[in-house]
Amino acid sequence: MKKQQAYLGVDLGSVSTNLVLLEPKTKKLLKKVNIRTQGKPMQVLQQGMKQLLADEHQIVGVGTTGSARELAGVMLGADVIKNEITAHAIAAANEVPDVRTILEIGGQDSKIIILKQGVVVDFAMNTVCAAGTGSFLDQQAGRLNIPIDKFGDIALVSKTPVRIAGRCTVFAESDMIHKQQLGHSLPDILAGLCQAMVRNYVNNLGKGKDIQAPVVFQGGVAANKGMRKAFQEILGMDIYVPQNHDVMGAIGAAILAEEYIEQGHRTKFYGQDLLRCVYSNNSFECTDCPNHCEIVNIYKDQQLVASWGARCGKSHASLSTVAISRSLC
Amino acid sequence: MKLTVPHMGNCYIAFEALLQEMGHEVILPPTCSKKTLSLGTKYSPETICLPMKINVGNYIEAIQLGAEGIVMIGGSGPCRLGYFAQVQKEILKDLGLDVELIVLEPAREGLKNLKDQILRLAQPKGIGSLWRGLRLAWEKQKAVELLENAACYVRPREKQLGITSRVLQASLANIRQANSIASLRRICREEQARILDLANHSPVQPLKVGLIGEIYTILESFTNLNLEERLGHLGVQVTREVSVLRWVRDHIFLSPFASYRIKRLVKQTDGYLNSWVGGHGLESVASTIQLAKADYNGIVHIMPFTCMPEIIAQSVLTKVSADLQIPILFLIVDEHTGEAGYQTRLEAFVDLLQRKQKEFQHEKATSLFGC
Repeated sequence: MKKQQAYLGVDLGSVSTNLVLLEPKTKKLLKKVNIRTQGKPMQVLQQGMKQLLADEHQIVGVGTTGSARELAGVMLGADVIKNEITAHAIAAANEVPDVRTILEIGGQDSKIIILKQGVVVDFAMNTVCAAGTGSFLDQQAGRLNIPIDKFGDIALVSKTPVRIAGRCTVFAESDMIHKQQLGHSLPDILAGLCQAMVRNYVNNLGKGKDIQAPVVFQGGVAANKGMRKAFQEILGMDIYVPQNHDVMGAIGAAILAEEYIEQGHRTKFYGQDLLRCVYSNNSFECTDCPNHCEIVNIYKDQQLVASWGARCGKSHASLSTVAISRSLC
Repeated sequence: MKLTVPHMGNCYIAFEALLQEMGHEVILPPTCSKKTLSLGTKYSPETICLPMKINVGNYIEAIQLGAEGIVMIGGSGPCRLGYFAQVQKEILKDLGLDVELIVLEPAREGLKNLKDQILRLAQPKGIGSLWRGLRLAWEKQKAVELLENAACYVRPREKQLGITSRVLQASLANIRQANSIASLRRICREEQARILDLANHSPVQPLKVGLIGEIYTILESFTNLNLEERLGHLGVQVTREVSVLRWVRDHIFLSPFASYRIKRLVKQTDGYLNSWVGGHGLESVASTIQLAKADYNGIVHIMPFTCMPEIIAQSVLTKVSADLQIPILFLIVDEHTGEAGYQTRLEAFVDLLQRKQKEFQHEKATSLFGC
C-alpha cells in the first residue's frame, strides 16, 4: 500500500511539545501529539516522534518552531526553522483568512499579533513578567486542587466575579488567598482570576495596539472557557477559538515546511533513523577567552551534531541554522 | 597610580589611550561576563538599572587585578547615571576596597570640581599631556566607530557567515596597539578596507534598521546579547543612532550650548515630545522620526529595565510608530542571559519587515503597470 504523504510540524515549547501531521494541499490535520516537555526536550521529542511515526505516513517535509526550535531542527533534520510568532500567524491566517488580531497564551509566554491582509504588522511578547501565562493558571489550579481542564467550566458558573489584582502574580496570589479566606465562592474567585489575567494581558501586551475583529484566541490557555469569556467581556468582541488551538504553532511550522518544499527543495528529514539514535547533551563554560560563554553541545550517537552559545564564533552550529532561516526569507 | 575605567562596548580603547598618554598605568577590567554580572548584582541595590550593576562588577574585578583608582563620568538630570558615582563610592567603601574615585562631572555641575579632577589626572606629565591624550583618544574612538559602522554595513552582505565579527575583533586589537596619530590613521584605513572587502556585492539591498535607546545597552554587547551581530546575521543593516563621539561632543565640549541643542532636538520631534527627559530619551524620539522620514524599514529600541528616560520615550514612540507607519521593536534587557526569547523577537521582527517590504514593492510594481 502506498503511504499517505504528510508534512510534519513540531512546536517544542517550554511547557508542552506538540507534533502534527498535515495533509498536503488541504492542510487537514491528520494526527496530533501533545505532550508535556517536563524540562527534557530531547527525550520528549523522541518519545513524541515514536507515537507519531507508528502510523503509515510518509513525511515529505519538516518545520520546527517553539523556544527549542533549533534543537528540534538539528534532531529531526528540519527544512524550516521558524520563530513562534510567524508560525502562529501563518496557522491562524490559514484558519481565518481575514484575521486581524491573534491572542496567544502559552505556558511561559504570551503574545499578541496584529495582522493586516494576512501579513503581520505588529506584535508584542511579554517581556519581564510571566503574569497571565499558562504556568500561573496551572499553579493556582493545583493549589485549589481542581483539575486544570475543569477550571474554565467552574469559572463560567460565577455570577459575581471578585476583583483580583492582576499586575503581578505575587499580588494576584495573595489577593486570591485573602478573598478565599473571606468566604467567596470558588467560581467567583476563578472568574475573578481570569478577568485579572486578561486585564493584565490587555494592559501590557495590548498597550497601544490596534485590536480589531476578527480575533483568534489560541495556545494552551484558549481551552479555558473562563479566559475566553473574560476576553469577550473585556475586549467587547467575539473571540474565535480554532478547533486545534493547542497545536497552532506546530500547524504553522508544517505549513511553512510545505511552502518551502513546494519551491522545489528536497527534505532533509532523517526519518526513522531518529528513533534508534541516542541523543545526549552536555554544557560547560568555555574558558578560552574572558567571555566565558555557556556552550551546549548536542551529540547524536556520541557524535557532535550541534553546538551553540559561543560568542566568538568558534563553533558555529547556531549560526548555520540561522543561515537556513535566512535563506528561506 | 594604576587606574581603571568601566567597560562600555569598545570605548575602553580610547580611555586607555588617554590615560596612558597622561602617564598612568591602566588596568582594564576583564571583558564583561557572567562573573561581572554576579558580582555587580550581589553588591548593588536591587532596583538599580543594569549598567550600574555591571559597573560595580567591573570595578571589583579590576581591583582584584591591582587597580588603585577608578576614572568615571558623572551625569545630571533624570537619568540615574548622575548618582552612580556617589553610590558606587559607598559600595566600594562598605566592601573595604580602598580605591580613589576620579569622577568627571559635566561642566554644568560646577567647573571648579571638573578642573580639580583634571588637574589630578594630569599630575604625572603636566597639563600638556591632557591635550595630546585627548587628541589620540579622540582619533582612536573615531577609528573604532568607523570600523564598527563598517562591520554593521558588511554583516548582512558578508561572504562567510560570522567572519565580519571575527575580523572586527582583530582590527580593534590593531587600533588599540597604535601609538601615534599617523600610524593610527594608516591602520584605520587598512582595517576598514579589510572589513569592507568581506562583503558580497549584490544589487539587492538589505533591510535598514535604526538602533536607538539607552546608550550603555546599545554599546555594550554583553548586555544586549550581541544585538547588532544578531540583526546582521538575520540580513539587516543596522545604523546605530548613538555614539560615544557624539556623546562627548554634546555633553562635554558643547555643554555650554546644551539649551540650543535641546531646542533643535525638540524641533525634530515634530511636537511629539517637548522637553528634555534626561538620558537619550529626547534623542530616541527625534532619531525615530528622522529615520522614518529617511525610509528606514524599522527601528529597534533598547533599554535596561526601569530606565527612566527611555520609558518616557517608549510611550511616545508607540504613537510615533502608529502615525508614521514605522514598525518599532521594544526590547528591555536586565540580568537575563537566556537568548531564546530574545532571538524569537528579533526573527519575528525581521520577518515582519521583510513581508512589509515585499508588499510595498508589490504595490509599487502594480501601480507602475497601472493595474
